Amino acid sequence: MAHVAFSLVNPNFMKKIYLLAAILLPFGLSAQNDDLLSLLEEEKTTDYATASFKANRVVNGHSIENTAKGVLDTKFSHRFNPLRQGLYDMFGLDGASIRIGADYGITDRLMIGAGRSTYEKTIDGFVKYKLLRQSSGKKNMPVTLAYVADIQVNTLKFSDPTRDNKFTDRLAFTHQLLIGRKFNSRLSLQLMPTLIHRNLTSSPMDKNDVYALGAAGRIKLTKRVALNAEYYFVPEGQLEAAYVNSLSIGFDIETGGHVFQLHFTNSPYMTYKGFVTDTQEDWFFKNNEGKMLSGIRFGFNISRVFTVVKPKLD
Amino acid sequence: MQKQWMMMVVAMLMAVASNAQGKFFTRDGKLKFDATAPASPDKIEALSNSATCVLDAATGEMAWQVLIKGFKFEKALMQEHFNENYLESDKFPKATFKGKITNLSEVNLTKDGTYNAVVTGKMNIHGVEKDITANGAITVGGGNIRMNAGFSLLLSDYAISIPSVVSGNIAKEAKVLIDASLAPKQ
Repeated sequence: MAHVAFSLVNPNFMKKIYLLAAILLPFGLSAQNDDLLSLLEEEKTTDYATASFKANRVVNGHSIENTAKGVLDTKFSHRFNPLRQGLYDMFGLDGASIRIGADYGITDRLMIGAGRSTYEKTIDGFVKYKLLRQSSGKKNMPVTLAYVADIQVNTLKFSDPTRDNKFTDRLAFTHQLLIGRKFNSRLSLQLMPTLIHRNLTSSPMDKNDVYALGAAGRIKLTKRVALNAEYYFVPEGQLEAAYVNSLSIGFDIETGGHVFQLHFTNSPYMTYKGFVTDTQEDWFFKNNEGKMLSGIRFGFNISRVFTVVKPKLD
Repeated sequence: MQKQWMMMVVAMLMAVASNAQGKFFTRDGKLKFDATAPASPDKIEALSNSATCVLDAATGEMAWQVLIKGFKFEKALMQEHFNENYLESDKFPKATFKGKITNLSEVNLTKDGTYNAVVTGKMNIHGVEKDITANGAITVGGGNIRMNAGFSLLLSDYAISIPSVVSGNIAKEAKVLIDASLAPKQ
């Protein structure tokens, strides 16, 4: 039927239709030019997750972030006495455990660092390498995986000079994996399976090898402030009952070149052997007389970065 | 009837031909910006080597695109702040520009030479679209088209807020420099 109708139309009219089509067609095609970029195939690039945490430490332990290549990150960290001392002790501010250290990025994936702590006059050094980087696009990787190897040396005078003391007695080693993911611009989480080996323990009851599992996260509250939490769980049977798990909660506050990490923690120490295996007071605990006490301390890390080797931009 | 078909085929071929020819593109255009305030102790500048541009030589229309994360700074922390706090690259991953050469009669894209060009169009940065006009130089040579331009963008136009503590370091206007060499698209 359509065919019949077609042939019934005045041929002159058809001619006009064709002409109109011929004139309009190029316009129709050029209308696609509106998006010239669509002429190019979208080039697939790899988009690596960045800034999962504001600093390379959550509170005491490492985060999945590294110091960038050629950047020196100086760290000044304090953990004060417990808040419970009250105004007499300025809520703990009258006494502090201190670590001063510096980190350096050799590449964007490999960093090293060292520090010295007042606790056991410890000198520590570490290497951290990102084995996998969370990314999307051309390369897809759901998590960032980093490895930390840390050594620390206790430089206190040996308490018992009559014992056959060796230098190796001073050493403790840490191996740690950091498995983390930035879920969105606000939330990042990570798990930290950790092994700490102490060559010498303070009591024969303690194991030389201590396995622990850490968990940490951050929630970005504003562009420049984030809330961090970090917990290290040490399964029973490895340490004397006097030792407890480390829990820290704090804020990262970022200004121009500084990151201020202000936190509350029950660990006065900032090295792995210190906060994972030597923490002695819980956030809340009963003392020998059954009195409820709190082991919460205030502390801070201040990080200041200096670009030592400028990257070539061209 | 046959004649009409012929007309239509010719018209279509012409349309296709005009579309296929005269497109130039690059994926590695250089885009540099400088937002250093006079009193700033640090240089606040960054470079991307991967700006994408397509130019339709027949109409003078052009489109640009650059990934915000592709800008490299000398200072890693500045780069992080640029992405996290200022341009919010996870929300707005690209900046784009769509416009056209308004003085196409003075620019002969088929003849070797250097021409002054005026380009007008819509700039989209940080999710905000603005009309801009910029002057630049177009150099035709060796079958390629090179575009150079310099212009300024007011950061406040694109809702990029500068906290007062660093307002002395970051200029209100960013100077942008473009250098891209476009090759014919097959």
